[in-house]
Amino acid sequence: MNERTRSSRRRFLARALGAAGALFLAGCERLSESQWFPKVLAAGERLSEAAQTFVTGRKAMAQEFSEADLSPSFRSNGTAEPDSEAYAALAAKGFADYKLEVGGLAASPRSFSLAELRALESRTQITRHDCVEGWSAIGKWKGAKLSAVLDAVKVKPEACYVVFYCADPMADDGTDLYYESIDMDDAWHPQTILAYELNGEALPIKNGAPVRLRVERQLGYKHAKYVMKIELVDSFAHIAGGNGGYWEDQGYQWYAGI
Amino acid sequence: MDDVTASASTTAPIAGRLYYRHSLPVRVMHWINVIALTIIFMSGLMIFNAHPALYWGKSSYTGRPPILEIGARDGGATGAIGYTKIFGHEFNTTGVLGLSREPSGRPAARAFPSWLTIPDMQWLSMARSWHFFFAWIFVVNGLCYVAYSLWSRHLARDIAPTRGELAKIGQSIKDHLLFRHETGEAATRYNVLQKITYLVVIFVLLPLAILMGLAMSPRIDTVFAGWVDWVGGRQSARTIHFIAAWLIVAFVLIHVFEVVITGLWNNLRSMITGRYRIPPEAPHE
Repeated sequence: MNERTRSSRRRFLARALGAAGALFLAGCERLSESQWFPKVLAAGERLSEAAQTFVTGRKAMAQEFSEADLSPSFRSNGTAEPDSEAYAALAAKGFADYKLEVGGLAASPRSFSLAELRALESRTQITRHDCVEGWSAIGKWKGAKLSAVLDAVKVKPEACYVVFYCADPMADDGTDLYYESIDMDDAWHPQTILAYELNGEALPIKNGAPVRLRVERQLGYKHAKYVMKIELVDSFAHIAGGNGGYWEDQGYQWYAGI
Repeated sequence: MDDVTASASTTAPIAGRLYYRHSLPVRVMHWINVIALTIIFMSGLMIFNAHPALYWGKSSYTGRPPILEIGARDGGATGAIGYTKIFGHEFNTTGVLGLSREPSGRPAARAFPSWLTIPDMQWLSMARSWHFFFAWIFVVNGLCYVAYSLWSRHLARDIAPTRGELAKIGQSIKDHLLFRHETGEAATRYNVLQKITYLVVIFVLLPLAILMGLAMSPRIDTVFAGWVDWVGGRQSARTIHFIAAWLIVAFVLIHVFEVVITGLWNNLRSMITGRYRIPPEAPHE
């Protein structure tokens, strides 16, 4: 084989490889944009949830850390200050008028003031917050155990999920309030708390004041900030986009254990 | 079947003869692996793009700076530039890392360029869907491969190096550096460097990448409280996951290079139809 045919063969190969690559990428794009393929991919999420629950057990505890591991300052992500007049009015008074409404599939729905939440059984934990983006930060949280709140309102047996409605609008026009949902395994889990303190101080506004959810076995977007209302439901299909959370409605996985 | 040694010993292979090198299951699993690893790698880069920095430790915010950071910033007179910062040393990587053109032609601040990521636009949730779906395919395929290789003795017969081969490893390294390759009967077997490489990739590198990926899962961290600290913490695991991914890419590049220089079509045919033409003996020097 002479040098010329060899180099032309090499050029042909490089071009063929380039064309195959471009075709592959274009194919992946079309699949991402299609209606059906993301539904196929979602099987991975269900498989991950089933496998991880099986391997770890339903009651497994998240790792807890020591004071030495605390991040120097706990990063704020998502909303840093809710763009809402009602929230601003609450914040101006130091959340003295704050009421957490708890209802839905509960025998005795009621609301809790911040003082009433503080009077419930609390838990303090130093845990790692894992953002879906890939970073993590370690903070010390104190809050009312969600199980204590659920006990107080007497959860009906039909309840399958706990939905958290928040004060922060995600759309510029003040609509699309953030919300999240968790299942009853996470709801009754001892590390699931409604945190009102971060690193020994009242929860700052940038981190979700006055109350945010901590659900330590899942990624950051499940940890709803600025929680205003809790509802026990048997299904979240009728709420907002129907996927169980603001980010879930944008295509993120409801199961955020990985 | 792919009985390499049997065909080699009973009927001495003649140069130029086609022989059955790769069994059907190995061929199928090889190509599933090619597709799955390509997608996992490219969607992984998209996930990395969501927070293009790597750290060592239990969290990202330990008071120490990141060990690797890719980003875009104002470069003064030159306009926006893309940079890559490794252990505090900054490199201008405009056009590829930090700042590159999207398919529309518009320059965009993104760590890895669109031609290296799935999806090509910044779309974290979709990248995660691709990544985890194909991770399952990769894991199931890999487990099937290991089970088949044990059962069919592919591992013991074709991949595990013999003591004699290990003794001649120096010669094999020399041969590789000089691009000298086996011919005749010797070409019916994997060479010793090839065997060791396959073993390291199959039993060390790929499982390490999977394990470090799982170490980033807040749920899997609960299997045994604190196990992630064995490798330095969750962010260290993420860094190792990233390095392992690139080591796999390095393996693939060398693998493909060897495939090309030892006879692209012959090698490709053997991984498609199973049949490999034995290269003629080199003239004795």
